[in-house]
Amino acid sequence: MSEEKKPKRRDFLFTASYAVGAVGVGAVVWPLIDQMNPDTSVKALATTEVDISNIEKGKQITVLWRGKPVFIKRRTDDEIAEARAVKLDELKHPEKDEDRAENPEWLVMLGVCTHLGCVPLGDKGEYNGWFCPCHGSHYDTAGRIRKGPAPTNMEIPKYEFVNSNTIRIG
Amino acid sequence: MSDNNYVPSSKFGKWFNDRLPLLSLGAHLTDYPTPKNLNYWWTFGGILTFCLITQIITGIVLGMHYIAHADLAFESVEHIMRDVNYGWLIRYVHANGASMFFLAVYIHIFRSLYYGSYKSPREVIWIIGMIIYLLMMMTAFMGYVLPWGQMSFWGATVITSLFSAVPLVGESITNWLWGGYSVDNPTLTRFFSLHYLLPFLILGLVILHIWALHVPGNNNPIGIDVKKPSKDTVPFHPYIVIKDLFALLLFLIVFAFFVFYSPNILGHSDNYIEANPMVTPAHIVPEWYLLPFYAILRSVPDKLLGVVAMFASIFILMALPWLDTSKIRSAVFRPLYKQFYWLLVIDVLVLGYVGAMPAEGIYLLVARIATAYYFIHFLVILPFLGMKEKTIPLPLSISDPVLGGVSPKMEMAKATKKLEDSSFEKIS
Repeated sequence: MSEEKKPKRRDFLFTASYAVGAVGVGAVVWPLIDQMNPDTSVKALATTEVDISNIEKGKQITVLWRGKPVFIKRRTDDEIAEARAVKLDELKHPEKDEDRAENPEWLVMLGVCTHLGCVPLGDKGEYNGWFCPCHGSHYDTAGRIRKGPAPTNMEIPKYEFVNSNTIRIG
Repeated sequence: MSDNNYVPSSKFGKWFNDRLPLLSLGAHLTDYPTPKNLNYWWTFGGILTFCLITQIITGIVLGMHYIAHADLAFESVEHIMRDVNYGWLIRYVHANGASMFFLAVYIHIFRSLYYGSYKSPREVIWIIGMIIYLLMMMTAFMGYVLPWGQMSFWGATVITSLFSAVPLVGESITNWLWGGYSVDNPTLTRFFSLHYLLPFLILGLVILHIWALHVPGNNNPIGIDVKKPSKDTVPFHPYIVIKDLFALLLFLIVFAFFVFYSPNILGHSDNYIEANPMVTPAHIVPEWYLLPFYAILRSVPDKLLGVVAMFASIFILMALPWLDTSKIRSAVFRPLYKQFYWLLVIDVLVLGYVGAMPAEGIYLLVARIATAYYFIHFLVILPFLGMKEKTIPLPLSISDPVLGGVSPKMEMAKATKKLEDSSFEKIS
């Protein structure tokens, strides 16, 4: 009716109502979305302690941590040498072996292929490390991706040596 | 349409119908004018409705005996197989019913591709159908997880890990989907809840699908518009109802063969081993109906791009009504499209085959070529073909080529039309 459109009192009320309504809807929807996130009982299982005194050189054990397998591998001198000899520019996801295994004898990593989550098989593949049977990713003796569709190296979880015979993961 | 002026014969019927026009709806469904030249490829809509109802009924029954818990699910399925009265039958019907459902839906989709049923004015029917297809895949995937066997567990791990390819928030999304840091009990319980929900969403969409179909009416093998009701149409009941039921009977023979003679041939023996998060089976293969998409996923060497290609291969179908630029619907009048259509059929079958094979060597090469061709078909061939192709002239009506007894040439059609119009009057 009027030539120029001026915001009126009513426009302000509409906008304010929509805004309050949107906040209200968001407040109701969020609990419905968040209930699907990991719950407190799942989070409570966040650490696992593992006795490693019985592992011989060249052997690997697999333990479950947060429902995922963790490889604890006591590497042989050859395997360590092989992992450390690799030049960084040969790697798809460059990481030094020294950074992945602070204590070179012990490699602790999530035994989960970074492609689509399968468990790779030990002492297999073209790089003497791990081989994922699902889609053919090859990992070296430091668990680094060398060939195949996986985008990154196998993940190193947070862990520490509680004493020389025990590792706490998480 | 005839049902607009439908009046129930009984007094009560009239009273009720004025308040809720259910009887008018019934009259519309029985009188619904259907092109008289529909062939047996058109019977799969009815067969699919039957499949959906079968899955819902057997699923509700299985839900009475199944326990959605990581420690109990596998045993409860064995309990159904061994202890529950007729449990083996109900579970085998449900498990094979999923395969039969997909078999029928693929025939239904490829029928639509051949006869151009997705084209104007039926785009919305097509898009609703594609959403149904997407929900079917989600439902089937989640249902396959419920027995909590090795394939259930690792299939769930691989498919949910697809979302970890999303940059930045990928890990948060997968943790949210899992309700933990890996596929575990929270994942199983939510999959059960959603597996129960989705079929009812599908049912709702099926009603919309049929509603949208009843606005323009059925396409037909000739793909031309049909005046309705006319001598080119027959009422849905009894003509189509009887034909659909006969086709359903034939379909049930195949269905029963699988259920009673080879109930496990479409599954994987690994799924009779209880889920073990420490050991991955040597070959993870999805159910046969997902294999072509799995092949596309694996044919791309990059993780993110592989996932993108897989989702694109499904969503590209939604854009099909606009990618196909030809105005002619039926492949009967499109000699070149007909050949490319069969190439696409072969391409999808090849993708399905290599999807079941290990992703290496010759299989990987074939998968890559077939994946490339799949996208070329929709993104290059279809848009160009519509502009370049020399099509065969369309007949004027469904009756013309039939009653004229000759190939559908324009002049012939015109000449016979006069003749046939007069003869029709004499007969009637």
